Amino acid sequence: MENHKHRLNPGGIILYDSKKANAEGLGFDFMEIVKKFEGKPIMRNTAAIGALTGVLNIEWSVLEKVIMDAVEKDVDLNLKIAQHAYNRVENPSKSVPKLDQKPLPLVSGNEAIALGAVKAGLNMYIAYPMTPASAILHYLAAHENELGVVTVHPESEIGVALMALGAAYAGARTMVGTSGGGFALMTEALSLAGQGELPMVIVEAQRPGPSTGVPTYTMQGDLAFVVHAGHGEILRVVLAPGDADEAFYTAGMAMNLAWKFQIPTLVLTDKHLSESIFSFEADLDKVKPEQPFLWNNQGEYKRYIDTQNGISPLAFPGNSSAIIKATSYEHDEYGIATEEPEMIEQMQRKRLRKRKALEDELEKYETVKVYGNPDSKTALLCWGSTKGACIEVAEALDLKVVQPLILEPLPVEALKNALSGVDKIIDVEVNVTGQLAKLISGHGFCIDDMILRFDARPFTVDILLDNVKEVLS
Amino acid sequence: MTTIKELGTYAQNTWCPGCGNFGILASIKKALADLEDDGLDLNKVAIVSGIGCHAKIVDYVNVNTFYSIHGRVPPPMTGIKLANPELTVIGHAGDGDAYGEGIEHLIFSAKRNLDMTFIVHNNRVYGLTTGQFTPTSPSGFKGRSTPKGSPEEPLNPIELMLTSGATFVARGYTRNMEHLQFLIKAAINHKGFSFIDVLQPCFTFFNTYDYYNERVYEFIQLNHDVSDRKAAFVKAGEWAYGEGEKIPIGIFYQVKKPTYEEKLLGGRIPVQLTPGNIRPVLEKHI
Repeated sequence: MENHKHRLNPGGIILYDSKKANAEGLGFDFMEIVKKFEGKPIMRNTAAIGALTGVLNIEWSVLEKVIMDAVEKDVDLNLKIAQHAYNRVENPSKSVPKLDQKPLPLVSGNEAIALGAVKAGLNMYIAYPMTPASAILHYLAAHENELGVVTVHPESEIGVALMALGAAYAGARTMVGTSGGGFALMTEALSLAGQGELPMVIVEAQRPGPSTGVPTYTMQGDLAFVVHAGHGEILRVVLAPGDADEAFYTAGMAMNLAWKFQIPTLVLTDKHLSESIFSFEADLDKVKPEQPFLWNNQGEYKRYIDTQNGISPLAFPGNSSAIIKATSYEHDEYGIATEEPEMIEQMQRKRLRKRKALEDELEKYETVKVYGNPDSKTALLCWGSTKGACIEVAEALDLKVVQPLILEPLPVEALKNALSGVDKIIDVEVNVTGQLAKLISGHGFCIDDMILRFDARPFTVDILLDNVKEVLS
Repeated sequence: MTTIKELGTYAQNTWCPGCGNFGILASIKKALADLEDDGLDLNKVAIVSGIGCHAKIVDYVNVNTFYSIHGRVPPPMTGIKLANPELTVIGHAGDGDAYGEGIEHLIFSAKRNLDMTFIVHNNRVYGLTTGQFTPTSPSGFKGRSTPKGSPEEPLNPIELMLTSGATFVARGYTRNMEHLQFLIKAAINHKGFSFIDVLQPCFTFFNTYDYYNERVYEFIQLNHDVSDRKAAFVKAGEWAYGEGEKIPIGIFYQVKKPTYEEKLLGGRIPVQLTPGNIRPVLEKHI
């Protein structure tokens, strides 16, 4: 009570357990209600939800349906307890207006990532449990048959990442998911994906570090890490969705780009996005499996044949007209190890030449999003889950919001366009050093102010509003 | 019909003269050619190697290959097999790879019992990095990282694999080529995780030819019940990779158990799966 009392809005109500706490507001002895029906102490929660529904003046039938859908044991008993508490509320003081629209699916950021990947043709999801990414594994494992996906839980993140590369080599569209610590273990595989030109989709769900840090809270501390991870020079894509719809689209993009360009792609989320629940409005038909460049079975197959755009046709083991040699070594076009200087240089160029074709492909997508007042001279610059709070604050203060959805390769031109006419850029991030600000300053963008939060909590609108007002005054 | 010559590539072989790896290369090629005669489709074979002298083998065999990184042979093998269980997956690893850097992957492969074959080129020394002790070097081994002698006891990989649940556990020796070919074919034909530890002398850094020639014996004909786990442990204990009078080679243990892919996939072939319709799943979120 003491921790949260100060956050109460004027006119707000504290609903509390009168046997456990003392406050100004509406107190109920939830245990007494539970005992009346001979329920278990845990059912005080049900009583509290009943009372809350009453206070909010929501129709009883709504809660009745929720309990019937969500509770698995002692449904009747829970219903009785909830209804009793509901009826005990004498004067419903708050009223939640009913929206005049069809109910939307409620989807978490993690679930949206899973669904987007499935829509783009995901065959296998391989992951070792790690908060806050585990729910992707749980969700796909629970819906394996309906979604046509195989899920695997191996011995470690190292095993995960290398299995994913083996599966991709065999032709399966595969995704892995983890948090920063697990991704650290995957970086040797990331380099192998770079050298071997193996498609790889990685979801990195950030939590506060360094190391174990604050494992069940949120942070945007891994941007610099994922953009630069891996030894050697690797072409990659880093996507940063800010809500469930974007999580859905970017997961699909990550899958299609990984296969079209035979590169590692990363979806960078965080606890706040991954585990928050959103009304899901994405256009499902916008994501579909796009065909990679496949071998036409004519002539001699060379896995790494040098081409104008650097992309070599794919073939998979089992093909009767191709021998497919993938390798972690520098290699010739056929895939045999080489130490010849000309060949080394040619292959280094070939792999990185794909960047041009990749950048052309990215022009098909919205890479930088703009919200709020497009003519405002002041812009809040943000990425990922920070977007929601930024938009609400911008709307309140008539500012512009600029959110790059792709962080690598950085969409420099689109970012310039989005920031043209702006003379004050305020960077808003949930980390200590302002990693996006640092990343884009290398491209000539000048950040005027930074608002950084790093107490492992996401920005709330009220706090960010105060922070922005302070910067503007 | 693919000839042994056709199973080779244009890559220049860079193993030292006298290297035990030549025996393994010849054996795998012969085994593949023989198995093709028995109906194996070589286009459906995928070989994975790690990093070390052994690993160059993928450059010398003209089939589908995945040249992985140090210690990471079993995970790509597992990924390949799970993505397309119709493939025949063979792994080649060194003793540093299999028993050092990547030991957890090996243990889990045996524990899961995927239908794959794992061949360890066990020279009991790091050759490519020019002579350091490995997990199977004898105690007191004087290498470049242990000039006073290795302070560690060697690991017995046969016992380790028996403990971990491998359903085919064997040991071969590169000088006994026909026997090695027999083991490799039996391993590939075995439905489950097949493990062969191959004693492979390193001519340059740990020349064990004379030592092995004096001690190695084939026990295939000696009335050993391969389904008896206890007997397998007794046989495995005859030589602990240190001193010893006799070194048995052959199949220590072989039993049939359901494979991981049968249990996990239940007949599904991931590379042939089409994505499901997400709309009905989304309906449940309303």
